[in-house]
Order: sequence, then structure tokens, then C-alpha cells
Amino acid sequence: MATIELNKIEKKFGEFHAVKPLDLTVRDGEFVVLLGPSGCGKTTTLRMISGLEAVTSGRILLNGKDVTWKHPSERDMAFVFQFYALYTHLSVWQNIAFPLQAQGEKREVIDRRVSEVVEILRIGHLLRARPGKLSGGDQQRVALARALVRRPAAFLMDEPLGALDAELRETMRAEIKNLHIAQHATTVYVTHDQIEAVAMGDRIVVMSKAEVQQVGTPVEVYYDPANLFVARFIGSPGMNLLDGRLTEDQVHLLGKNRYAVPAAWKRSLPEALGGRDEVVLGFRPEAARMDPGGALAGEVFATDMHGGYSLLHVNVGENEIVHIRSDRQTSYPIGTPVRFDIDAEMVRFFNPQTEAAVSREVAR
Amino acid sequence: MSQVELRHITKHFPTVTALRDVSFSIHHGEFFVLLGPTGAGKTTTLRIIAGLEQQDEGSVLLDGEPIDSRTPAERDVAFVFQQYSLYPTMTVYDNLAFPLRSPLRNMPKPQIKSRVEDTAEKLRITHLLKRKTAQLSGGEMQRVAIGRAIVREPRLFLMDEPLSNLDAKLRETLRVELKHLQKTQGSTTLFVTHDQIEALTMADRIAVLIEGEAIQQGTPDDIYDRPATTFVAQMVGTPRINLVSAGLHNGTVAIEGSGLSLPAPRLNLSESFLLGIRPEDIRPDPKGRFTGKVILTEPLGVETILHLRSGELTLLSLVPGMASQRVGDEVRFDIVQEKLHYFGPDKKRITAEGN
Repeated sequence: MATIELNKIEKKFGEFHAVKPLDLTVRDGEFVVLLGPSGCGKTTTLRMISGLEAVTSGRILLNGKDVTWKHPSERDMAFVFQFYALYTHLSVWQNIAFPLQAQGEKREVIDRRVSEVVEILRIGHLLRARPGKLSGGDQQRVALARALVRRPAAFLMDEPLGALDAELRETMRAEIKNLHIAQHATTVYVTHDQIEAVAMGDRIVVMSKAEVQQVGTPVEVYYDPANLFVARFIGSPGMNLLDGRLTEDQVHLLGKNRYAVPAAWKRSLPEALGGRDEVVLGFRPEAARMDPGGALAGEVFATDMHGGYSLLHVNVGENEIVHIRSDRQTSYPIGTPVRFDIDAEMVRFFNPQTEAAVSREVAR
Repeated sequence: MSQVELRHITKHFPTVTALRDVSFSIHHGEFFVLLGPTGAGKTTTLRIIAGLEQQDEGSVLLDGEPIDSRTPAERDVAFVFQQYSLYPTMTVYDNLAFPLRSPLRNMPKPQIKSRVEDTAEKLRITHLLKRKTAQLSGGEMQRVAIGRAIVREPRLFLMDEPLSNLDAKLRETLRVELKHLQKTQGSTTLFVTHDQIEALTMADRIAVLIEGEAIQQGTPDDIYDRPATTFVAQMVGTPRINLVSAGLHNGTVAIEGSGLSLPAPRLNLSESFLLGIRPEDIRPDPKGRFTGKVILTEPLGVETILHLRSGELTLLSLVPGMASQRVGDEVRFDIVQEKLHYFGPDKKRITAEGN
């Protein structure tokens, strides 16, 4: 059981600002993902929570108690790393039992608790093996078991699936999520993989350049990205973002393309742009539909098949490529002129000066 | 006539047989992908075609002629590697011009200049021509490496996982650009990867290589819709195909560990077999024939993976958008009958007779 509060925690390495003052409350039982590209400060943030890294300023509260200057071992949090950090000379059983032995638990208690976690992670058949003999997935299961056996107040995980191949990552992703549903332990999870983040997180903290860009549920970061960075980073491919100029009720895009501002935005958009006319029009690949009478035109740059669906890449002028999700039935040769439309509900606007999204609340 | 043909290639290394009787042909202007896990023999195949490695048996033909006795230089193929192998102290221009300045070519300067500029334009690196390659980002370096291959106008491009060192976003962008370039240039390309998405999205045709054997060849549609073995079925598609044991009972297909049963297809099925169901072919539907309990949801944005528990069985279902279903919900669902895949006990696809 744990609530973790971060009050303006900050990290500087000399002149380098690794994490700018950051506020976050992780609720009891919540699975929060810190997401961002390498160097964004997500791992440093996690290490500050764990106590492996000292904060430069700010406070960390665990269940309301200040643990900012407590030793990692006094924080009652278990850390799971990308590289499993198992003891190669010990058996799987010994690895899992280790934290309990170190705490001086009685043999019966150790036996019982190891059996419990072994059951949960379905690694009973591996107990006598040495970790070095195991697959990457099984090693990570052992590392998870070792974290779980301590019954910590919270779990901190640093890219635990980063070293696994794509197939195994998919499997382990679901296993960790299942474990979380069953245990309901407060978890802070670090990844650079946006798919992992939206698939697993109750909430996601998107970070870039040492700063939080957005905190939100998967639905929020996907449908209502707070700024251009989040819009690009979430989704594969990310949101289509087209530079334009607003005149009256039209956005003038590259080439001859014009997009009529949906009614709901007409009043708010000019205000949000602060009197300037530059605007960025955003829409997800699935928000566009091929339509011979569509408002926007371009020519096919490439098409590709992704298994269950196809992506159509359309050059809308000056090699600005828009990605459109379509079914697999229709194929378009390169160079084919096409027209498409955007679902007005799925259109987003951004202010290129501030990079911030124009609020939909204002629009209503 | 196909441009490249491999006939019954076998290659042994001291401890392992890397390739076992591998044959395939690549047509003019085709983007051909060799897909397989690590250690399947993909890179060895490329090296044999390039002449960097000699096969033990079989023959490589270029435009119908055996080239087995030709040196790498005489084969006129261009290699693009995962590591960029550029000259770091030279400018981008000099890196691109380098293969053209070879004394063997004796190419006049103005011609070199126009070729380099053309190539830079195609790869959108014109603004980088004066920069040293050490100052470039990973994506820019790989563009230059591809440019250096293109500028030679070789008969064949061999690409060995050229995108795998790049981050996910850049890989997406370069995949599309590379495909566009290949199609507009009409250059014959053999591209090696372990990434099924790269294979599906870029290839005209794919050969799946596993443990030195070419298991299946076909278009991305063939590989995805009609996988030849359970291994191929599991290798392509995310999330992975549901693969379940099933049997024939009273003329219906009964899925083991669940109460699910389906009408039997017009196939010659043995008593027990494996059934493959793609996640997008399991569709929640209030009027569906089956029921399951949602035990996990994985919202991916554009779609959501539902883990449905039915009896002892967990099936993955892929539904559009951010699904409304919650963990614990009982849902009805249906399975798209025409899209099922049947595999025998030997893990090979069971097809209608005559196919």
C-alpha cells in the first residue's frame, strides 16, 4: 500500500539540468508510466524515487512521510532493472529467497512466501536452475519474483522489457499487467516505448528534455495530446501535423489545400493563436478517410501493408507526407492523385509558437 | 527472366549448416525481403550473393549467368550495412563521390557532380553535402550510406538490416522513404531483416528463412493470410496469432480447453490439429456465438487488445479505437470463419486438396 508524492523534485549534475522541478502524485494501487526518449530524465526521476540518486531539491513523500533523505533500503520499494541483476552463482530459489534471508525471516516464512510468488509467476519448474541457463523472459520473471517476495509498498521498474525481443515483450507486457491487476501494488514504470506505455499505464507521464510534457490516461495522451511533442511521440505513426495559416474560417495548408475550420472551433481558434495566423492542424492516421470528394488533395507517395490494415502515405505538397490508415482491399500506385477528408471530431489544432494544443474545452 | 537467382545453395560452417538447399529468384525492379530470426542464415545468403562468401553447393545467377567465379567487384552489387561504414573525416559530398572516383570508372568530374547532386536530392540530404559525416544524426548517416550505394547505379542492392540501429520513429520514416525511392527508381533490392513489420510493409515478395531453410515465399498478403507453418504464422502479425489445439467432434471443430466449437471446414482434417485465429478475426459482437470474460485490456491508441478468457483458454482480440470493455466484463464475440488457419500435427498448413 503506497501513495508516492513528488514535490518539485529536481536534479542537476553540475550545470546540466537532468530533471526540472517535477510534481506528481502516484495514487495507491496505481500503475504510472514515465515515458520519453533517451535522455529525457525519466530514469533519473525513478532513481530519485528509489533513493539511488539524491535529489538536488524538492521532497519525496511515501504515504505522507518524508523519505527524501532515507536510504534506499528504508523506503520499502522494490526495484526491477532492465538487466536482471540476478546472482548467477545462486539457484533461482536462492535468488528469490535472498531478500527475505537478508531480513532474517524464519525458514517457514521464506518457504511459504517464495512458493506464493513462484506460483504467481509460474516458474516452479525452474527453482533449481541457475539464472544463467534461463531465457531472457524467465530471468525477468525471476527478477520480478524477487521484487514481489518482499511485499514492498511500491514497485519501481526501469525498462524491464527493454532487453527482450519483440515477441517476448508482448507476452511479458501482459504478464506484468496481469500481476498488477492481481496485486494492485503501486508501480512506477519507466519506458521509452510508447506502445508499452499506453498498453500498461493507468496514467502516463510524458517527458522530454528534463520536463513533464503531459500527465494523463492513455485516452487523454492519445486523443488530446497537450503539445506537438506528445502528438508526435504517441502513436505509430504519430499524429499527422500540418503547418498552415488561418484566414477567416479556412486553414491554408501547403500547396492548394484548404481546410475549413469545424464550427466548434471557429470562435476559439483565432483567440488561442494570440492574433497570429500560423497554426498546426493535427489528426491521427485513422481520422482520415479516402473520399473522391474530400476537402484535401495529394498524391500517393507509398502504401504498405501492416498485417490487418494498410497505411497510405500521401504527399500533400513539398514532400509533406500524411499517413492514412485504410483497409487492405484498395491499393494505389505511387503518384495516384487522391482526395481525403478528416473526421471533424478528430481534428486538433496547435499553436506553433508555444507548441501547445488549443484546448477543446475552449472550443465548446 | 529474373535478375537474381539462387539455385540449391548449401553452405556449411565447421559446426553448423548455415544454408540448406535454398532457392529463390528476384525479378527486375523487385523489392525482395529475406525475413528470419537471428541465426537463420540471412546474412550468409547476402554475403554469398555479394561474393564475400563461397557456397559449398549450388549456384548464383545474375541475369541468367552464373557468377560463382566472379570477384565481389565484378558482380556490381552495392551493400548497405546496419553500421553505416562512412568515412567520418570526409564530407557527405566526398563520401557519395568516393565510389565514382575509382580509377576503374574514370568518370569525368562534372558527371560525378551531377550524379552526387541527383542522389542527394532523392535522399533529401542536399543541405548536408558540405558537412562531415561524423556530425550527422543516425538517420542522416544511414541516408548517406544508402546514397553511396545508389550513386553507383549498381545492378543490385543488398541491404543488411539497414534500419535496425535507428529509433522507432526514424525507422518508420525511413521505411516509407526507402520504399518510395526503390519503387520510383525501379532498383532491384534484396533486403534482410528480422523485423516482420519491415518485411510486410516494404516487400513485393518475402522469403521466410528459418534455420537455413527457405520455409515460404510469397507476397506479404500470402505470408500473412496463408502462412505455411505455425512458425511463420506466429512470426508475422502483432499481436501474435492465437494458436490453439482443436479436434473434430461430430462434424464440428471443438477448441480444446474451452466450450467453443465451430462448423468444420471443407478440409481433410485429422482428429487433432492446431487452429490459428488472428486477433482481428475475433470480434466482440452482442449477437456473437461465444462468450468470454475480459481479463486484460491493452489500449494501444488506434486499437485495443482484449484478452478474453473462455474456459481454460485465453484468446487475444484486436478491436478498433480505445475499447469500452473493462476487465471483468462478460462479452459476446464471434470468430470470422473464413479467415481461420488450420495446421496439422506436423505444424504445416492444411489446405484444400488440389491447392
